[in-house]
Amino acid sequence: MLSEWVILVTSFGYLGILFGIAYLGDKRADAGNSIISNPYIYALSIAVYCTTWTFYGSVGRAAVSGVGFLPIYLGPTLIAAVWWFLLRKIIRISKTFRITSIADFLASRFGKSAFIGGLVTVIAIAGIIPYISLQLKAVSSTFNVLHLYPALERVPKSVEITIWSDTALYVAIIMALFSILFGTRHIDATERHEGMVAAIAFESLVKLLAFLAVGFYVVFVLFEKPGDIFSLAADSAPMSMLTHMKTSLESYSSWFVLTLISVFAVMFLPRQFQVLVVENVNEEHVKKASWLFPLYLFAINLFVVPIALAGKITFFGSSVDADIFVLTLPLTYGEKFLALFVYIGGLSAATGMVIVETIALSTMVSNDLVVPVLLRIKALQHENLSSLLLNTRRLSILLVLLLGYLYFRFIGEAYALVSIGLISFAAVAQFAPPFLLGLFWKGASRRGAAWGLSIGFAIWMYTLIFPSLAIAGWIPISFIDEGLFGIPALRPYHLFNIEVFDPITHSVVWSLLANTGILVIMSLTGQQSVQEKIQAKLFVDVFKQSPMLRGSPVWGGTARVSDLTGLLVRLLGQENCNRALERYERRHGISLSSIKEADAGFVEFVERELSGAIGAASARVMISTVVEGEDVSIDTLMRVLDETSQVIEYSHRLEEKSRELETATQELKRTNERLKELDRLKDEFISTVSHELRTPLTSIRAFSEILCDDIDMDREKRRELLNILVTETERLTRLVNEILDFTKLESGTYSWAFEEVDLVKVIRESLRSSGQLAQSTSAQVSEQLPRKAVMIVADRDRIMQVIINLVTNAIKYSGENPKVEIRLHDEGPHVRIEVADNGPGIPHEEQERIFEKFHQITDRRTGKPHGTGLGLSICKRIVEYHRGRIFVQSSPGHGATFIVILPKKQVAP
Amino acid sequence: MIFSKRGYSRVERNKILIIDDEPQIVRALELLMQREGFEVRSASDGIEALSSIEDAAPDLILLDLMMPRMDGFELCQKIRSNPAWKNMIIVILTAKGRDIEREKGMALGADHYVTKPFSTREVVQLIKSALEH
Repeated sequence: MLSEWVILVTSFGYLGILFGIAYLGDKRADAGNSIISNPYIYALSIAVYCTTWTFYGSVGRAAVSGVGFLPIYLGPTLIAAVWWFLLRKIIRISKTFRITSIADFLASRFGKSAFIGGLVTVIAIAGIIPYISLQLKAVSSTFNVLHLYPALERVPKSVEITIWSDTALYVAIIMALFSILFGTRHIDATERHEGMVAAIAFESLVKLLAFLAVGFYVVFVLFEKPGDIFSLAADSAPMSMLTHMKTSLESYSSWFVLTLISVFAVMFLPRQFQVLVVENVNEEHVKKASWLFPLYLFAINLFVVPIALAGKITFFGSSVDADIFVLTLPLTYGEKFLALFVYIGGLSAATGMVIVETIALSTMVSNDLVVPVLLRIKALQHENLSSLLLNTRRLSILLVLLLGYLYFRFIGEAYALVSIGLISFAAVAQFAPPFLLGLFWKGASRRGAAWGLSIGFAIWMYTLIFPSLAIAGWIPISFIDEGLFGIPALRPYHLFNIEVFDPITHSVVWSLLANTGILVIMSLTGQQSVQEKIQAKLFVDVFKQSPMLRGSPVWGGTARVSDLTGLLVRLLGQENCNRALERYERRHGISLSSIKEADAGFVEFVERELSGAIGAASARVMISTVVEGEDVSIDTLMRVLDETSQVIEYSHRLEEKSRELETATQELKRTNERLKELDRLKDEFISTVSHELRTPLTSIRAFSEILCDDIDMDREKRRELLNILVTETERLTRLVNEILDFTKLESGTYSWAFEEVDLVKVIRESLRSSGQLAQSTSAQVSEQLPRKAVMIVADRDRIMQVIINLVTNAIKYSGENPKVEIRLHDEGPHVRIEVADNGPGIPHEEQERIFEKFHQITDRRTGKPHGTGLGLSICKRIVEYHRGRIFVQSSPGHGATFIVILPKKQVAP
Repeated sequence: MIFSKRGYSRVERNKILIIDDEPQIVRALELLMQREGFEVRSASDGIEALSSIEDAAPDLILLDLMMPRMDGFELCQKIRSNPAWKNMIIVILTAKGRDIEREKGMALGADHYVTKPFSTREVVQLIKSALEH
């Protein structure tokens, strides 16, 4: 329909524009005036996630399984919500340690392990190649469709033509050249490819606009009203299912697994890691990107179902591949330019993916596969490696694309776009367990990660790649149906005879289970090396690192400055090396030419520079070749770690000490307060006691002097005064006794004599003792006691003292006709003694305070002599010493009842 | 009850109010003051004392500090706040012997401060000389 030349010129013209943008971007970056340093460009560059798979494949998938294309976009939308928490940490780690790729990240996390780096690279290549082939397939087939339409039967099948006349091969080669021009201009892989990012962002815009254009055309031009498509589709039974979800275990598990692996893919696909982490300019951009990117996904999926339905309706009964509905719809209705625009959109999606993916992969291949080998080749020991490294990267790009082409030619034709993409997603999902566990769990070990990755990868190969080889006819098809060696439990789509999952779900479930399980179990059971522990701590605690650890001088050994700069020259080239060294001299204010012996800081600096170029694991190897003594590593590391941990330990101990001191100070303060309080109480006590003693003394002295002065006093009067003297003397005596009792009880020096006593007897005896007072006041004392003995363990004399005191009080404070009743109740483990009177009662607010020492309630009416104010206080202490309780129940005007509750048994005090 | 055994006589006898919540001490002071020929009344707390003073202002009061309802300090303050009673002599008789209490009493307007137990002769002497001035 369109001539080859129009398409080619347009394609190259578009690529030229891209290159122009990239060139401008790099120029601006060199001038220190970044055009990509804003969150919108960042979010658009993340949209490199949407490849031709999205652009063409979503419609294809929607045409087969309705909304089944959605999980691939649901996952990223969900995970973007936690980017500020998750992605920011990854970015911080990567910036701090100059991480160049996901392989570098994992290698670095697990003790700068070259093995892990290599393994991740191999998995990534194996996993990504189908994905790249998918892009080649899309570009070449859309090129052919656009060119040959409507004679679609003339679109060549790759098996029918020679390699040299296959469009896909030329697409692969052109893309490789393009990527090489874009991505391998600088040696330092951590240096941002600003031009590339700018071009990628532009491409994301183009593919979105192209897809929206088709969408608008289909919905508003072709069908006039959006509703029309759906009503037309609903009329046709096989199509109405497209707008509905299947609901079976298979579809639920499939939805879940697809969502899960797309969560992993959007983070861990090498190109996603590249744009999300390596190319990130500013952590703050993550905030906006975490809603802008999901918005982009929403926009690009808006018209998928309508286009799929329109295609179904238009091509009902014909054999047009649903994967190219987006292109064939405008072509069928004669919209040439719209079709060309769609083609450019698809080309954008493909080139964006291929460029970033191959650049990321080439860094991984050169840093994690090739360099470790090169470093072992003696002949290269003193060569300048920087151009060799660049060429390695260029070659890897070409190689990856050619492998992609081969996959496309020999296997890929058998699958739809989406299925190929999912195979890649399943491979990349293997990175998730070591990555995520390694990010938050210091215990995740190198061995666990290595075995987990290996087994996960092996299961992926067995359950997805081998069957695809069988389908393509390279191995017998019986492998799929009957299993390896004819064992049903080894059928690649139904391991252990599990039949409920579709192939992708099946593979992901088994490989991730094995991967995670092995990682966790081996990490828990095995030992980590010192190097691993250091890296684990640096990664997991990246936000709480003290500056001390950040610049940890891991190298305690000695090295010559000239050797180290030699390394830099070899790996970075003279020019880059000079720039780096100048930067170092400026920052530290020193001149390196005057120093021979390198300090730890400089070794660290060189290692970080090298890491930027060749990855952490290889940089470590390089450094170890020039630092004195081959095995600087473990011993030195041990020592450094010990020093570090000693410092940490020491500071822990200091903290602990200072906490202890603080506690001790608090304790002292409290004790001091308590002592002060006791002192105050003692003063008060003495003051009160002396006051109490002075009162009877005053009367005694006054009356004695009066009697002395007046010898001739008449008998009656003299008797009165002498009686007062006797009473006051008695009072004084009682007072002194009680004070002594009280101080003994207070200080705990009273010697108690616990024995089994019959409380009934004790009470009777007490009543006899207070009988005299009862007689003199004509009080009626009655008793209500059990007939049987009530045995309790108690100090007999003290309990008697309590009872006498209570009865005496009751008599003294009762009114005109004192009536006192004493009762005893046996209540099982307790006894209850009650002393009730018919006095004026005790006001509510006084009921607690009467048990305080020297607290007296005054009875103005009777004017009877006061007590000492110690009686009840002593009672209380005695009862409490028996682990009992004493309290009063009273309402004014209705007498008072004092209640004593005592336990029958005493535990040893 | 009027004691004038010694024939000590004046046209106008000095009126004394004894304020204390210990009945024995009130009794002793009554005996002492009557013996000196003063006209004696007594009260057992601040409130009772105040109403007695309002009935007929005495020339001198013997005031205990620790009393229920209204204590000696408060009563002292009340008396001094009434200009009509500014010439009334206040003698504090108390078992509270600390300097801080003495100072407080004097600051509140008491004229003399005697701690219990006191010498009866000294108290009588003190009262007589206070009344003569």
